[in-house]
Amino acid sequence: MRVLIPSALRSYTERSEAEAGGATLAAVLADLDRQYPGIRFRMIDEQDRIRPHIRIFVNGEQVRDPSQLLRATDEVVIVQALSGG
Amino acid sequence: MARNIRKPAVRKQGSTTPARRVLVMVATRKGAWLYRGDAARKTWRAEGPHFLGHIISHLVLDPRDGRTLLAAAKTGHLGPTVFRSTDFGRTWKEAAQPPAFPKAVDGKEGRAVDHTFWLAPGHSSELNVWYAGTSPQGLFRSVDGGVTWQPFSYINDDPQYRTWMGTVQDGTPDGPKLHSIIIDPRDPAHLYFAMSGGGVHESVDGGRTFTPMVKGLEVVGGFDAANVTFHDPHCVRLCPTNPDRLYQQNHCGIYRLDRPSEEWVRIGKAMPKRTGDIGFPMVVHPRDEDTAWVFPMDGTDVWPRTSPEGTPAVYATHNGGKTWQRLDAGLPDKQAWWTVKRQAMTADASDPVGLYFGTTSGELWMSRDEGRGWACIARHLPEIYAVETALLA
Repeated sequence: MRVLIPSALRSYTERSEAEAGGATLAAVLADLDRQYPGIRFRMIDEQDRIRPHIRIFVNGEQVRDPSQLLRATDEVVIVQALSGG
Repeated sequence: MARNIRKPAVRKQGSTTPARRVLVMVATRKGAWLYRGDAARKTWRAEGPHFLGHIISHLVLDPRDGRTLLAAAKTGHLGPTVFRSTDFGRTWKEAAQPPAFPKAVDGKEGRAVDHTFWLAPGHSSELNVWYAGTSPQGLFRSVDGGVTWQPFSYINDDPQYRTWMGTVQDGTPDGPKLHSIIIDPRDPAHLYFAMSGGGVHESVDGGRTFTPMVKGLEVVGGFDAANVTFHDPHCVRLCPTNPDRLYQQNHCGIYRLDRPSEEWVRIGKAMPKRTGDIGFPMVVHPRDEDTAWVFPMDGTDVWPRTSPEGTPAVYATHNGGKTWQRLDAGLPDKQAWWTVKRQAMTADASDPVGLYFGTTSGELWMSRDEGRGWACIARHLPEIYAVETALLA
């Protein structure tokens, strides 16, 4: 599926969009990490929690649970948010 | 008594040129810079920014190979990592496995590293070994030059140590920290580390066990000094030429410890009363165990943690803390409300020793003559978190 990458993570992908597959958000992020090693840990901590200043939207709805089921036609948007000055 | 007499301050002309050039590594809240000095340490060339916009807590050159740089980094949005360069920052490669706590077993609350705060190269006999201290407090080790990191020792998950560490709310405003990781140059199995909060700790068996070492240290009034939780060491340093001597800048004063004693002595009581002995950094002389420097800050009332009365000064002792000398020539004489963080003051190994500090207001200062005179190397940098030096081959 299509994954929109925020500017803070484009040092990994070198572009603003990526393709990744998986039945859940966690699986999609794991697939992204296989393609772009290290990218997942910058978004998801070692307890599998989405980091405080990262937001992930699926088809425009915010997802807080990495086990959320996804379909191949979904669009995932990763957003960097609210980290102050 | 003779050993406590200060060495002559005046040196012969020509003896002031360092044999090797100095590299100053500056870590800031918005990136990192390298400064290369000329042979006399009079002019400096800036290289950077590296990682513009990244929060760089520490930037350290490996003294064992003289070319490997490690940078502890995160951003406002992204999680923590470590970058590595073997070409003085021309290229950087991210650690394949940055410091991270183990995944908690089901039902338990696990910790996550917010940032790696302290990087320490391992013993000279253990090439590629590095240690890292994190926030919240965690101790990590790499045996491959910083490419992969693993939790080190048992303390990260030990119930007693976790009690001493306290919660995230018990630490400094940007998180409680494990810092001052020290490896005895005589013995790679002899380690120290400190925690803000959580005291100073020692291992003599390579980290298999650690023991608190807080005897003689004071705590904030009303609290029990016997409780390790209440101890807040800000910076601990070991004297390179006498590894049995340590100096410490603590939340509650300046201390010295001479092993095998386990009792710290508050040498800050000899500081002028109006200045006090509160601060963050502690710097030791590379060749003289009796000489050390501090940067006092205001610890009165609401604890401004700025230079007392807006007049910054470094204080030096040349007799192990019996007396202190104010060193402010060249520094502003009024309206300079500086804060210098615990990693943001250091020395080089030249003769005479160069001293360096960076302020949270983004100024980098240095002295070519062990503190007798000061000059500004750089202004308008972001908030400076750490300053380190290395002598280049």
